[in-house]
Amino acid sequence: MSLLIVKDIHKTYGGIEVLKGVSFSLEQGETKVVIGPSGTGKSTLLRCINRLSPPNSGHVWLDGVEVTDAKANINALRAEMGFVFQSFNLFSHLTALRNVRIGPLKVKGMSKDAATKLAMEELERVGLSDKANAYPAQLSGGQKQRVSIARALAMSPKLILFDEPTSALDPELIGEVLTVMIDLAKDGMTMLVVTHEMGFARSVADEIIFMENGVIVEQGTPGEMFANPKNKRTGEFLHKINELYGETD
Amino acid sequence: MAFDWAWLPLLAHGLILTLEITVTCIAFGIALGIVLALMRVYGGKWLSIPASIYIQVFRGTPLLVQLLMVYYGLPSWGISFSAFTSGVLALGLNTAAYQAEYFRGAIQAVKSGQLLAARSMGMSMVQAARYIVLPQAFRIVIPSWSNELILMLKYSSIVFSITLLDLMGVGKRIASHNFRYFEVYIVVALFYLALVFIITQLLRLLEKKVHIPGLGETAES
Amino acid sequence: MLLRGVRINIELLFALLVLGLLVGTLVALLQVYGGRFFGTLASGYAWIFRSIPAIVLLFLFYFGPSEFGVDIPPFFAATLALGLRSSAYQSQIFRGALQAIPHGQMMAARSMGMTRIRAIRLIIIPQALRISIAGWSNEFSSVVKDTTLAYVVGLNEVLRRVRIITDRHYDLAMLAYLTVALIFLLLTYTGNWGLGRLEKRLRIPGLQMMRGGTREA
Repeated sequence: MSLLIVKDIHKTYGGIEVLKGVSFSLEQGETKVVIGPSGTGKSTLLRCINRLSPPNSGHVWLDGVEVTDAKANINALRAEMGFVFQSFNLFSHLTALRNVRIGPLKVKGMSKDAATKLAMEELERVGLSDKANAYPAQLSGGQKQRVSIARALAMSPKLILFDEPTSALDPELIGEVLTVMIDLAKDGMTMLVVTHEMGFARSVADEIIFMENGVIVEQGTPGEMFANPKNKRTGEFLHKINELYGETD
Repeated sequence: MAFDWAWLPLLAHGLILTLEITVTCIAFGIALGIVLALMRVYGGKWLSIPASIYIQVFRGTPLLVQLLMVYYGLPSWGISFSAFTSGVLALGLNTAAYQAEYFRGAIQAVKSGQLLAARSMGMSMVQAARYIVLPQAFRIVIPSWSNELILMLKYSSIVFSITLLDLMGVGKRIASHNFRYFEVYIVVALFYLALVFIITQLLRLLEKKVHIPGLGETAES
Repeated sequence: MLLRGVRINIELLFALLVLGLLVGTLVALLQVYGGRFFGTLASGYAWIFRSIPAIVLLFLFYFGPSEFGVDIPPFFAATLALGLRSSAYQSQIFRGALQAIPHGQMMAARSMGMTRIRAIRLIIIPQALRISIAGWSNEFSSVVKDTTLAYVVGLNEVLRRVRIITDRHYDLAMLAYLTVALIFLLLTYTGNWGLGRLEKRLRIPGLQMMRGGTREA
């Protein structure tokens, strides 16, 4: 059974239907990348999946448990999904270490020692163990986002949702974050990534989902999508993006 | 034009009462203010509306009226407090209304993205408030609270009108007994200036001590 | 009878606000543009009049001169005491507004040949005044209530009248105070509403002041 099943999600914002029936699934260990013009509901989709922004209709299942069920223990479910925000949203009053530690400590109820150890490991994994005692305001954008990824990892999630993780970063800082994400994918983490980074999509995604106007226009492996897009719009979009962003390593 | 230095110890006594009243009413005000702010931000309709009304009423009516109402008005309804209690009560209720607003502002100053992040990792609303929002709010609110402390220090002088012998009360007594208004009140004024100065500096030190770089500023985090 | 007292409060309110505005603006200008000497003097003035309790100021201005044989009528003493105090607070509001205006405005004005004074008069002050309105509303609310303090210098305003009533009709005390409280609630509301309307009318798109800070949208 698929790890994540999204079925027929509809979402309306301020009178406008932003998601018009989106369905797809994600297997364990897969990395899927969602691309598409801005404002087509990609971020909204992610927030519907962890119910930060509950869908108006449709269903989401995480490992067999229905997330969209009103009676579901949403906090427990969220603890199994990691979420990385475009604007980082690190906790300003906590050092990097404590940011990473607070999930395991307070949500999962680990002991302080175990949580601290785990947090240090995750910080190491993203290459920031030397910044453990720095406050968010003292970190660069790329470092903040990497801490934010460590924070998500510390919860040992079943999958991680990435909402345009590099869009708020200066160009030269994007690389360090993408490197971490590529390593994660190689290590077998299940990831759903909304991004404009085509190089990342091409090299790492098991499947690319192209969305426009609240619906999935086309989905397929990177090879298929880039070489033989079935839909005209897909081809146009990919072409434009490739021109604009080029390839990143 | 003579100021009798023997008056200084008397004034000092008054000063102590002033400080006692100020500290007590501020402590009371902070406690009540926090409760009111939490009621307004996290309480549903039934909590936030009464809190709101309380705040509007106590901020919209003069402090002196509130004080006299407690000391002279309530007895006509059968409730009597001592002068000290009346003073602290009236001042405390009043400052609580202002504190509530400062604290509410501080809570709202914590960027909503952080609340989202907290909920996304599975924290309940209570946990998110307790570990993420409130710790920051408490730090953000300190300058406003310091301000309020100084303000209450000055306004505490109105308790002389309900027979309390605080700094102002003592000053008035000495002045009118000796017909030395100008000198005495200038000295009283100097006392207050010194108090304000010292307390301001102390509060600034406090702020520095609990400062976390980048907290509550409008930078992205 | 209470209402006639309130009229005195309102008269005092306007008198002291005008005094406060005039002196406050002057002090603010001195603080920002006055150079070292006048600037420090102005700052000192502002600090002193903000740090001395209103009550003490009232007593000083009313009883103080009597020691030298000069008798000042209560209304006048109250206006001076509260007005100068308000000027200190208003100067801070106005100073904040002046400093919030981007330096580029002054640079542009000077670049076209305006003297400093003209630039201040034509470019800076009109913007600063608009930015100040929010902070000024706060001061207004504060001061409305502070007029009752004049009670202690014997001004025949509303609280004094309440005392006269309660001296004669002891049991009506609470009711009397509640009435006064209500009157002031209404006064504050009306005042704030009026200032809100004023702010809307004078609003310039793109020029905004947020509570506790400024931002050019």
